Amino acid sequence: MTSGLVFALAGVALFAMGAAGVLLLAELMRRVLAFNIMGSGAFLVLVGLAQRNDVPDPVPQAMVLTGIVVAVAATALALALARRYQALGGRDELAGDD
Amino acid sequence: MSVALLFDLLLAAALLWCSWRALAAPTLQRAVVLFIVFGLLMTLAWARLAAPDIALAEAGIGAGLTGALLLDALGALRRRGGTGEKA
Amino acid sequence: MKRLAVSLGAALFAALLGAALLELGPPAATLAPLVAGTLAQSGVTHPVTAVLLNFRGYDTLLEIAVLLIALIGLTAVARRGEAPAATAAVEPVLTTLARLAAPLMVLVAVYLLWAGAFRPGGAFQAGAVLAAAAVLLHLTRLLPAWATPGTWLRAGLAGGFLLFLAIAAALLAEGALLKYPPAQAGLLILAIESGLTVSLGLILAGLFLFLSEERR
Repeated sequence: MTSGLVFALAGVALFAMGAAGVLLLAELMRRVLAFNIMGSGAFLVLVGLAQRNDVPDPVPQAMVLTGIVVAVAATALALALARRYQALGGRDELAGDD
Repeated sequence: MSVALLFDLLLAAALLWCSWRALAAPTLQRAVVLFIVFGLLMTLAWARLAAPDIALAEAGIGAGLTGALLLDALGALRRRGGTGEKA
Repeated sequence: MKRLAVSLGAALFAALLGAALLELGPPAATLAPLVAGTLAQSGVTHPVTAVLLNFRGYDTLLEIAVLLIALIGLTAVARRGEAPAATAAVEPVLTTLARLAAPLMVLVAVYLLWAGAFRPGGAFQAGAVLAAAAVLLHLTRLLPAWATPGTWLRAGLAGGFLLFLAIAAALLAEGALLKYPPAQAGLLILAIESGLTVSLGLILAGLFLFLSEERR
């Protein structure tokens, strides 16, 4: 069992947990957290799986580097939308959500 | 079982526990702080995966900037009297 | 009911994918030797920077475009002109510390940008440090939040992307998109990275400063 495989498996669990969180949690901020955890899981799978024989691979590493920066932009946009929504309606959960 | 593998397993367990607590914590404040801790643990994981570039970016962006954004949003939520504080 | 179904589905997904990962054989094709083999022609000696800015340069080009679009979207939904929240005065120690730290952070950013050519570092990390410096200055009330960007700020935000796009377009005349001539590759990458650092720093700082409600 190599580091790459351990973290790839952890990434799978994180992705599943984040996906369940996005679907189940009502609070918008909490969903943003779940979305970020999902992304981190995907990044770990991407790099961990490519390095499962413990040889560093720069290609997935560069892609994940790009992904992290895009993830923070998506998070900021999501938070801006959540804040606007809350300012207009005074709630921090989406209407019509069960 | 080598020490390195043990450390990896512990770190993976800490990642999972931290993210679980961030999603299930009773207050949003605690959830956000746990998420920042999660980002720092991710930095360690990248270092273990021999990816110092990602570790640097994760520490600065994933934990630092995202954490600042989340805390700022939390503050705005509270000021407007949202339900930022539950239980 | 929904909670149970989603939890079960997620657990099943994780179990199946995890089992698939464990069963996976050795990789059929690895890119690491390919990168190592062509590193000499890339203009830099650090493999991650070579992949980011040379071998897969269009990923980075599209990424800075995505960031710019996200920032434009954010400014469209951010609230403007609301009354500033009453906030306590900032500790003078904190202000002094921020004044001391900010120039050092700019120095660190320049070092990271330069180091990216031959060791871990590069435009992304340098931009993150620049953004962190701006956020620190804002939190200590030394830098006001941004409302509507002026001409200079707009130029700074879009500059990195436009410079990258211009170089890509100029190279298109030579043949393929973003295929640098090996002799000038190092210089071109440094130019692109410098532009990216400034723009990334401003965009990442903007994600925070356009959203912030404290205007002083």
